[in-house]
Amino acid sequence: MMKRVLPIVLAVATVVFIWIAWVQSGGIERHRMFSARSPEEAVRLLLTAAKSRNWDAAYSRLANAGEVEKAAFARDLGGSNGSLRTYATLENFNVWGLHADNQEATVRAKLHYSTAVGPLDDVRDIKVRNDGSGTWKVVWPTSKVPKLAPQVIPVNYLRWDVINRGAEDDWGVQNVDSPQVRIVSMNALQRPDRVVILGEIVNEDTVPAYVNVNAALLAPDGSPVAQETSFDKISHTLLPKQVSPYRIDFPGMKLQQIKSVRMDAKAMLVPATADPVIAVTQQRMETDALGKKVLRGELLNQSGQIVNIPHVVASYYDANGKVIWVSDGYLDQELLPQIPVAFAVDLPDDVAGKVQTYHVVVNYYQKNNS
Amino acid sequence: MRTWLTSLLVFSLCVAFAQAAELRPPAQVTAGTPFPIASNGTGEGTFYLIGPAQISKRKVNLGGEISVQGDEVEQAGMYTAILCADQCTSVHFYVRPAQTSRLSLLVHPSRVPVAASNAISAVAFVFDRFHNLVLTPQKVDFKVVPPGGAAISQSKTTANGTAWIRLTSARKGGPAKVGASIGDLAEMRVVQQVASDACNLRIKAVPGPKGIAVETEPVRDCSGNFVPDGTVVSFTKTDASGKTTVDAPIKRGVTQVEMAVSGPARISVASGVVNGNELSLGGAR
Repeated sequence: MMKRVLPIVLAVATVVFIWIAWVQSGGIERHRMFSARSPEEAVRLLLTAAKSRNWDAAYSRLANAGEVEKAAFARDLGGSNGSLRTYATLENFNVWGLHADNQEATVRAKLHYSTAVGPLDDVRDIKVRNDGSGTWKVVWPTSKVPKLAPQVIPVNYLRWDVINRGAEDDWGVQNVDSPQVRIVSMNALQRPDRVVILGEIVNEDTVPAYVNVNAALLAPDGSPVAQETSFDKISHTLLPKQVSPYRIDFPGMKLQQIKSVRMDAKAMLVPATADPVIAVTQQRMETDALGKKVLRGELLNQSGQIVNIPHVVASYYDANGKVIWVSDGYLDQELLPQIPVAFAVDLPDDVAGKVQTYHVVVNYYQKNNS
Repeated sequence: MRTWLTSLLVFSLCVAFAQAAELRPPAQVTAGTPFPIASNGTGEGTFYLIGPAQISKRKVNLGGEISVQGDEVEQAGMYTAILCADQCTSVHFYVRPAQTSRLSLLVHPSRVPVAASNAISAVAFVFDRFHNLVLTPQKVDFKVVPPGGAAISQSKTTANGTAWIRLTSARKGGPAKVGASIGDLAEMRVVQQVASDACNLRIKAVPGPKGIAVETEPVRDCSGNFVPDGTVVSFTKTDASGKTTVDAPIKRGVTQVEMAVSGPARISVASGVVNGNELSLGGAR
């Protein structure tokens, strides 16, 4: 009798322990989530799968899987062609419902990516549908990425190569001079948490220049209080006569502490190419879904090569033509040839009211030629 | 009295002995040229030669000539010769630069806008074969050959080994040769005279396949030189769809962009800090 009871007891105990372990590891929650009993849960489940780049699991959450290619879905969330999103990690997300009825709901998701150039936010309004059995599934937008017809795009813009004086050359042998650049405007602003120096710089030369703007805040006794550079809030490579905005932030500083500002524009002669030409179209000031003022527009890559990571730098002017703000933003999507891509860069609300006009320049990074 | 006389004799002998190690260098020494230094005394001593860039030391016999090799005095400047036997004695002498054998010409900048007053500087440095600056006045002939023009010459006498001129760039763009010569020595540099800012920048619009093709007239500076290809021209269009900007480089003297236009539109053009004309388009396309 005992011979039979003991295996049965052990088997039952094993099953109980496995069940406890499953419960402990969140199995009930997962099961509940798998069934996605609410629209928010459906979106959260999809994004959780996307966060771990489990595209199969994420794709299985779609209500319209028949209309959306899995590869296109993965490209949409994971990026493609060396774009910034391909190097980004979905850190976390916030989900909240906007509208819901028994059959359909709209859920707003704010996705926080971490990238090499800083955090990146993506706000999406996602439709969710009840499949009739009480399980909610996501309706993924089916907008197809336009494809360019096969063609040959002739590119014959200039390229500048540089041959410098060799190390073995004698003293006094002629070298090529650094490009002449000039800061054409400078404005110091007090923001709530920082001092901001902004303005514009022009390459006055006939050769390309790699520019950087440094600023030092000087105390009343002339000693430097703080030094900063424009870092990525500038278009570093300037072709002849090209103008770029720049912005230099001094966190924690107050204008009252400063008597003057010492500006220093550094320029280096670098090889460069005039291609690609990127048009900035349909620029307009708007208020986005989160109620922030943004400058929206589209970038159009007029060349035949893919621009992997576009970077937009915008300067804003008041009625007197003075630069009153500079903002920038990276696009997480690549620029395919001849295909417009939307962008939006935000600016402070108190500045937005004074903006009369604006100017956008596009910086870019290419895998094989940055 | 006898003791006093004995002391005086001993002192005189000591002074005579000390003077035996005296050094007498030549009045004029030229860099890189061997020369002798005469010495007094008898026996052996140690000779030191301390120059601006090197020190040498060797055993010598006193009373003869100490020969100094040319490679010990290649640097011009003040030298100190020291001879030590029982006592040490020293003498200073000056080594002059050798004959002019090298000319260095610094011309700045390598690129200059046309018609820029005193924008080019040419500085000639005169050296001997040991890289010593030749400080005696020398006549340097400067020569400037503008593109397609006659050469212009000017002579300058060096002061402290340098001579320099300032030049105004020509009104016509192109490479200008700037040279300097002393006797058989000559150096030549090239300064690119480039077009200045665009002048009278004008655009015109014609219907294009994708909307309106906006093209500049040939972009020239105020002296009539073509602004170099690659120079960026910014087009700005404002219409009902918003604002569009295109920064396009000049290609073969002109810049052309295509823009879609919806409704009445204004198109303006600029290059650097120079603004051009503005077009007002009334219709839609």
